[in-house]
Amino acid sequence: MTPVLRVENLTRYFGGLRAVHEVSFDVAPGELKALIGPNGAGKSTCFNMLMGQITPSAGKVELNGEPITGLPPREIWRRGVGRTFQITGTYQSMTVAENVQMALISHHRRLFSMLPYAYRLYREEAMALLDVVGMAQQADRACAILAYGDLKRLELAIALAHKPTLLLMDEPTAGMAPRERIALMQLTADIVKERGISVLFTEHDMDVVFAHAHHIMVLNRGELIADGTAAEVRSNPHVQEVYLGGGTLYAAEETSHA
Amino acid sequence: MGLLVAQLLTGLANAAALFLVASGLSLIFGVTRIVNFAHGSLYMLGAYVGITLMGVLPGAVGFWGAIVLAGVAVGLIGVVIEICVLRPVYRAPELFQLVATFGVILVIQDLTLMIWGGEDMLGPRAPGLKSVVRILGEPVPQYDLALIAITPFILLGLWWLITKTRVGILVRAATQDREMVGALGVNQSWLFTGVFFLGSALAGLGGAIQLPKGGADLLMDFSIIAEVFVVVVVGGMGSIPGAFIAAVLISVLNVFGVAYVPQSTLVLMYVVMAIVLMIRPWGLLGREEKAGEHGQIGEPQRPIRPAGWIGRSLVLALIAFMALIPVFGSTFTQVLIIDILIFCLFATSLQFILSTGGLVSFGHAVFFGGGAYVAALLVTYFNTPMELAFALAPLGAGVLAIGIGWFCIRLSGVYFAMLTMAFSQLVWSLVFQWGEVTGGDDGLVSIWPSKWLSGTTAYYYFTLAMGIGGILVLRHIMHSPFGYALRATRDSARQAEATGINVKQIQWMAFTLAGAFAGLAGGLFVFSKGSIFPDELSISTSFDALIVVFLGGVKTLAGGVVGAAFMESAKDWLTRLEYWRLILGLVIIAVVIVAPDGIVGSLRKLGERIGIVREEESMR
Amino acid sequence: MKKLITTVAALATALVAGSAATAADSIKIGDINHFKRLAAFAEPYRQGIELAAKQINDAGGVLGRPLEFIHRDDDGKPGDAVKIAEELMTRDGAVMLTGSILSNVGLAISSFAGQKGYIYLAAEPLADDIVWSSGNKYTFRLRASTYVQAAMLAEQAAKTDAVKYATIAPNYAYGKAAVEAFKKNLKALKPDVEFVTEQWPALFKIDAGAEVQALERAKPDAIYNVTFGTDLQKFVREGTTRGLFEGRMVYGLLTGEPEYLEPLGAEAPEGWFVTGYPWYAFTDGPAKQFVDDYEAAYPGETPKIGSLVGYMTAKSIAALITKAGSTDTDAMLEAFKDLKVATPMGEITYRALDHQSTMGAYVGTTTVKDDKGVMVDWSYKDPAPYMPSDDEIRAMRPAE
Repeated sequence: MTPVLRVENLTRYFGGLRAVHEVSFDVAPGELKALIGPNGAGKSTCFNMLMGQITPSAGKVELNGEPITGLPPREIWRRGVGRTFQITGTYQSMTVAENVQMALISHHRRLFSMLPYAYRLYREEAMALLDVVGMAQQADRACAILAYGDLKRLELAIALAHKPTLLLMDEPTAGMAPRERIALMQLTADIVKERGISVLFTEHDMDVVFAHAHHIMVLNRGELIADGTAAEVRSNPHVQEVYLGGGTLYAAEETSHA
Repeated sequence: MGLLVAQLLTGLANAAALFLVASGLSLIFGVTRIVNFAHGSLYMLGAYVGITLMGVLPGAVGFWGAIVLAGVAVGLIGVVIEICVLRPVYRAPELFQLVATFGVILVIQDLTLMIWGGEDMLGPRAPGLKSVVRILGEPVPQYDLALIAITPFILLGLWWLITKTRVGILVRAATQDREMVGALGVNQSWLFTGVFFLGSALAGLGGAIQLPKGGADLLMDFSIIAEVFVVVVVGGMGSIPGAFIAAVLISVLNVFGVAYVPQSTLVLMYVVMAIVLMIRPWGLLGREEKAGEHGQIGEPQRPIRPAGWIGRSLVLALIAFMALIPVFGSTFTQVLIIDILIFCLFATSLQFILSTGGLVSFGHAVFFGGGAYVAALLVTYFNTPMELAFALAPLGAGVLAIGIGWFCIRLSGVYFAMLTMAFSQLVWSLVFQWGEVTGGDDGLVSIWPSKWLSGTTAYYYFTLAMGIGGILVLRHIMHSPFGYALRATRDSARQAEATGINVKQIQWMAFTLAGAFAGLAGGLFVFSKGSIFPDELSISTSFDALIVVFLGGVKTLAGGVVGAAFMESAKDWLTRLEYWRLILGLVIIAVVIVAPDGIVGSLRKLGERIGIVREEESMR
Repeated sequence: MKKLITTVAALATALVAGSAATAADSIKIGDINHFKRLAAFAEPYRQGIELAAKQINDAGGVLGRPLEFIHRDDDGKPGDAVKIAEELMTRDGAVMLTGSILSNVGLAISSFAGQKGYIYLAAEPLADDIVWSSGNKYTFRLRASTYVQAAMLAEQAAKTDAVKYATIAPNYAYGKAAVEAFKKNLKALKPDVEFVTEQWPALFKIDAGAEVQALERAKPDAIYNVTFGTDLQKFVREGTTRGLFEGRMVYGLLTGEPEYLEPLGAEAPEGWFVTGYPWYAFTDGPAKQFVDDYEAAYPGETPKIGSLVGYMTAKSIAALITKAGSTDTDAMLEAFKDLKVATPMGEITYRALDHQSTMGAYVGTTTVKDDKGVMVDWSYKDPAPYMPSDDEIRAMRPAE
């Protein structure tokens, strides 16, 4: 079976700095895969290359068997990759529903249409998506006054609008209270499972990672040092060294909760 | 060889005043983010105050003392302006302050005329520096050499102030990150006042120090402001060494331009500016803008909805009322409304990219005038029927916008604004200097509508249909998917790109549309006046449009229309009075202070507070 | 009673320009000018008009009614001027229009007047087009145009040995027309002249040092100057400092007008041959009478060329309406044909041929006296010999 996403020898230099070095991995259909690593390990650079914000210095990226290396973000999106950001980037001057409608308008290639009223376009589809993330009640509120957690859920609805085969989520639970984190990740997991979407996400919260990821990759200093199940990664000595300089990951987790 | 050296020295000497004024503007912008249109007025005041003081103070000490005192005096005037006019509106939307500074220009113009009279004043010569020195056989005025010697010291002094003193460090920090300095507990308002003092004083010094090479006159403010903007932008906004290098570059270039391409002196400067901005978008020594830094700041815009039945009925009633005006109103009322409508359409087209698109254009007049010129040229050279020429006005302006947009869209924020200004000035100077085709400043005349439209009432209905039609079409587009896509690119370009929207393409299209509608307004204009002159392309026409959009409310949909109607009516009424500019300036400043969200924005807030306008449920 | 009314009217207009509070039966003339943008030029013009209006009204007015000028400011913008013109004619009850200094505003009003059938007497704008290639049935012009004044200087220049000429003129329509006219006339009179350089500083943005260097580089025998205002000040100062004018004859268009010569004070150039207005040198006749009247009416001020033009404008309009016998447009158009007006410059005629008056110009040589620039050896030149032939003019004017 073709992987949804295949990454081969992805490399990026900034001047002399080696941000990401020969990273290769696959994301299988329906898989939830986490990319973790200490600050500055190259996670964001890696993500930005996958989504087209940064051009790789070398290597290639394939989506469902087709090369997407070097394409701009909007093209990669058109090929079925959804994305959420660490810092949400919703449209502040629009309502919740309009934010989703905007993605739908783009998906249906009606961006240059000047005749219909935009607020009526794809309203039902948008409401259905909002319903999925539990935001239907707030559909007509201004986006600018939403609570942070609601924004995150809205972002998820937007990312689902064009029926993606792959979701790239950058720190999906950053800045949220622990209970909200679990809820959001559970919601995400349920949705992608139902719709058969693969997910690649980065995350700081190891609870979230170990609770939901089918596979976990660890990036350190731009190089992939582990790629496997939770148990495999936990027991990987290299990973332990990176995170703890010894000790166990459980210990790290516990201290983070302390 | 001697001549070459002499020319170089002339350029260096000319750079002195330009550098002083530009560094002041750059400093003020860098720290306060205010684009101070009134900076030319401060320069003018420096010249007048300097001349007066030189008449009182004797000898060489008096002469140089007068220059310094003029700087201090103008600096204090700047402080008064900052405290009385700008401080109340720092919280307003970005760039709103430029409306206030525009009011200040008008006030200073009339006050200067009141105090010093209308006659040009020749500056006194510098005592002891009245003759020339021969360098390689070429005469070089002593005062030029004095200026060349002084300027580096001023640059060094500023450099020392900025890099070595605590105040300077604060200024620099504020230039980099305003919020951070505030967070560190620095009293921001006094820092701003201090910077305004310094910036204004530099402008005043510039005005006074050029006296022996010129004088003081009432047109100085506008004649230097465009050049100063060029220097600041080419050097990099906020960079004082940049301002120095650019001032020298532009001045030296001018000198050689005068010698080798004397016909094209105006064009040259703007060509240089356009080239520099295309290669280095943030100027020679400017800092690259962080994305979003100049996007929408302050509170975000409200969600929009097409007008409900009450709104629509009101608009319909207004249109019906206007349609009936020829029945009971005078011919002049119709002429006045024609003017107002044309301006409203022009302002709405600017509002479209400025407010909906978040793209601040400082050169929108190029499309207004461009459309008018397209029609006028067709009529003049090809005897094109009026109907066809009129239809081609928006098309021509649209094509122009496609061309200019291609260059400008690549930049954003204030650099986008400056590049649009460079291009519009480029077109203006071409039209102005290519007299064989465009008639130069004598313009193109006898551009009248066809017979069926030649009566005032007929043209009134024509303008009503086209003007209101254009405004309604633009408003509809704001509510259409395309309008929403444009708002999306403004709210978050990253999110837009990540959801399949080609941001630059949308912006380019919007820029073109706005240009075409401005061209439509220009077409209406030229046939209503029967003539067209380069003024309509000039920077002051661009500013007029900018002012009314901000005055009306930049974060609203109707701001352009309301601002334009307000401004035209106020002008029509006030120009009957002797000191109308003073009054208009004060009115503008008052509106700015009372209504920092613009007329429409502030009325809406007032309405919400007292409960006439229902606050959007969603906003609670 | 009438006197009271006119006094009130004059007071009102003096206090509030264009005030509507006027005597009901006055004949109103709409006057559009750049009172703010070019205050130094428009204010003397307004005072000249008001002086004439007062004299006319003191003598019983026109057709038994007082003559009243409504002054409106156009901010130097042609578009605004056209709007104000409409307002003056349709709302304020003006019977005709006058005014403007800037050529472009004059052309805009002229085109508008032609379209709407309003009479417009262009007072000061110098562009030849106004009565020639852009002329129309309803537009008339008082002042001697660019072409004529340039031709007067060319005639003088042709008498000298100089063959290599340099020109400096502001880079806009007036400057270009002035240079073209000078070249054409000089070449016709003296075919071997050569123009070694043409300098075109931007209007009011002259880079005087560079211009002087560029002129010096071309080593001309003589220089033709069209710059004025602040450009002239800077040019003269730099040129004098750098010795550009030493051993060279300079011909200055309008340089002798008090508006431009007075601000230069003791630094006024010496020995230039210029067109201008030597009001200080008149000893008798209507020219002197006007100067005395003006100084009496405005104590502490001396007349400018604008004052004279304003005065002659008002006198022309009074003569026009008197001759027409009514303020009906057709009657006035008819009366304008070869209208004769007694003015401080002597009698002038509005030629039926091209609607141009025969107001001439003073030419003379500049010198400095008592720290002031003045014209000496001056003479008054009638414009007729300097005009193109009648046939040439007919060919230029569009068919009516």
